[in-house]
Amino acid sequence: MEKRVFFEHRLTPYLLVAAQLAITLIFFIWPAAQAFYQSTITQDAFGLSTTFVGLANFERLFSDSLYLHSIEITLVFSALVAASSLSIALLLAAMADRVIRGSSVYKTLLIWPYALAPAISGVLWLLLFNPTIGIIAYALRQVGYSWNNFLSGTDAMILIVAAATWKQVSYNFLFFLAGLQFIPRSLIEAAAIDGASPFKRFWTIVFPLLSPTTFFLVVVNLVYAFFDTFGLVHTTTAGGPAHATEILVYKVYRDGFVGLDVGGSAAQSVVLMAIVVLLTAIQFRYVERKVVY
Amino acid sequence: MAEIELNGVTKAYPNGVVALQKVDLKVADREFLVVVGPSGCGKSTLLRLIAGLETLSGGHVLIGGRDVTRLEPAQRDIAMVFQNYALYPHMNVYNNMAYGLRNRKTPKPEIDRRVRETACILGLETMLERKPRQLSGGQRQRVAMGRAIVRSPAAFLFDEPLSNLDAKLRVQMRGEIKRLQRRLGTTGVYVTHDQAEAMTMGDQLAVLRDGRIEQKGSPLEIYRRPATAFVGGFIGSPAMNFLDGRIEEGGRKLRVAEMFSIVLPGAGLPEQEGRNLTVGIRPEHFKINGNAASVELPVELVEPLGGQTLIEVLFGKKIVTVSLDGAIAIKSGDRIPLSVDPAQLHLFSLENEVRLDCIAA
Repeated sequence: MEKRVFFEHRLTPYLLVAAQLAITLIFFIWPAAQAFYQSTITQDAFGLSTTFVGLANFERLFSDSLYLHSIEITLVFSALVAASSLSIALLLAAMADRVIRGSSVYKTLLIWPYALAPAISGVLWLLLFNPTIGIIAYALRQVGYSWNNFLSGTDAMILIVAAATWKQVSYNFLFFLAGLQFIPRSLIEAAAIDGASPFKRFWTIVFPLLSPTTFFLVVVNLVYAFFDTFGLVHTTTAGGPAHATEILVYKVYRDGFVGLDVGGSAAQSVVLMAIVVLLTAIQFRYVERKVVY
Repeated sequence: MAEIELNGVTKAYPNGVVALQKVDLKVADREFLVVVGPSGCGKSTLLRLIAGLETLSGGHVLIGGRDVTRLEPAQRDIAMVFQNYALYPHMNVYNNMAYGLRNRKTPKPEIDRRVRETACILGLETMLERKPRQLSGGQRQRVAMGRAIVRSPAAFLFDEPLSNLDAKLRVQMRGEIKRLQRRLGTTGVYVTHDQAEAMTMGDQLAVLRDGRIEQKGSPLEIYRRPATAFVGGFIGSPAMNFLDGRIEEGGRKLRVAEMFSIVLPGAGLPEQEGRNLTVGIRPEHFKINGNAASVELPVELVEPLGGQTLIEVLFGKKIVTVSLDGAIAIKSGDRIPLSVDPAQLHLFSLENEVRLDCIAA
């Protein structure tokens, strides 16, 4: 028996998806297309005349040492954020997995930072690290390190890495904890009987079994570090000192809205778009396969 | 090769549940002990305490004369086969078996030799490269066995290893495990809730109930002389029938369900004169057309199994199962004359369910 629903009119189905299509077109496809279009033009400083320049914006971009530096910075930043937020989250999750009493309180508290806007977390850390009044800066001075994120590029980078990591740990923690609780207890017990130390059990049994979760989180964290950290950089270092923390998303803003180089900024957005597409493709290709091991 | 000894083993959980209550148990070297009991009786806890996966609240565990009460599972020289097999899903069969040896820093050639030897015993030679998910239930079961065997431990512990298999495979693996254990001569403790597994596999049987050992002995001993009504009802299939009884005539006669009397063997139970008790009769001990003491009863239901016939009979107000050999031409509604050999009656006290034995004449 045919159970499918038939629409009498041919246009009805299109009407039903029209709202979704409209939203996608207006808010996603159109701006993206605009970015593509603008990446091929140059504009005068007042926005009165535009000239089509083909791929010249991209050529300029990739021969610009500041842009190449920004790529480098972004890679370092993303790698540091992903690595530290994942490892801290894994450590916390592994410990939380053993907690029996008060576990829900512990988990809830750990999840809080995730609810904070990146800009807020930036301000928090900025105050903590403030060279004159920050408590962490003070502590560092006590152990003989002269902290100044306004002067030292390295210090500034550490600051944004810390802030970005702190915010992402909760998210990773949730996934790791779920992943850990999915591993049957008997596997760990079997490994214990097989003579593996707790440390070895973790690295030879638990960690490989978590690999689907870990892989998923690596991609998510990279995407986060690449694209969701604008507010954080904006409120803390504003890309400085001397471009030391000017990551790609921040440079798009600086060049486009501060420097008024609309074409160059658009070209940078197109590059970022390509990166998103690449990361998403990787994610779909590997993560969507349920079992990696 | 070692004997296992449990002395006053107690396990109480923080929430107040007492899983085991002063359990004393001894498994002789090379012996295969099956611990059987209903779910929640503490049998898995018992096994986990021997393995060291849980800590004791009291008492001692000795393996091969060595007190292992405070030792880690790895130091106890035991191997365990889990209900869900607990194979490492990301390792192939070879690595699953080699894992324990590698952790014990066994030289590589030695590992290779032992893994291949074990695979050979279990017929897994062609599966060594496969991952657990590429194996059937029976093959996984064998790998789990292999992982235990390969280390040649002092004792094997089995935690309901066959309950995830289908009925036919279960019977087959039952034999395989038993043969393997005999061949290797390793002491084994096997936990199950299935009385058929318990009867067929164990050299010795321990029936556990509510954290206490109700009876320990060879399967046939327990079948023939169950120490309590619980053991009688638990061991044997179809289960033992229980009827009300009363001792009469100076302990010489037993009145069953106010329907008929049986002369007890020997001098009977003079001390129980006039008292009520529980009468246990195994379905297979009923006879049709027996002696003069037979009683005619209406048939409720007939279940022909081919080799034997199960008949449900209305005995007063109670349904009683009767098992007769062969296919018998009886249909429900018929009345059949049944009798029982008095020597095969099991009598239990009403107060504490303990077995009462007739005094020899």
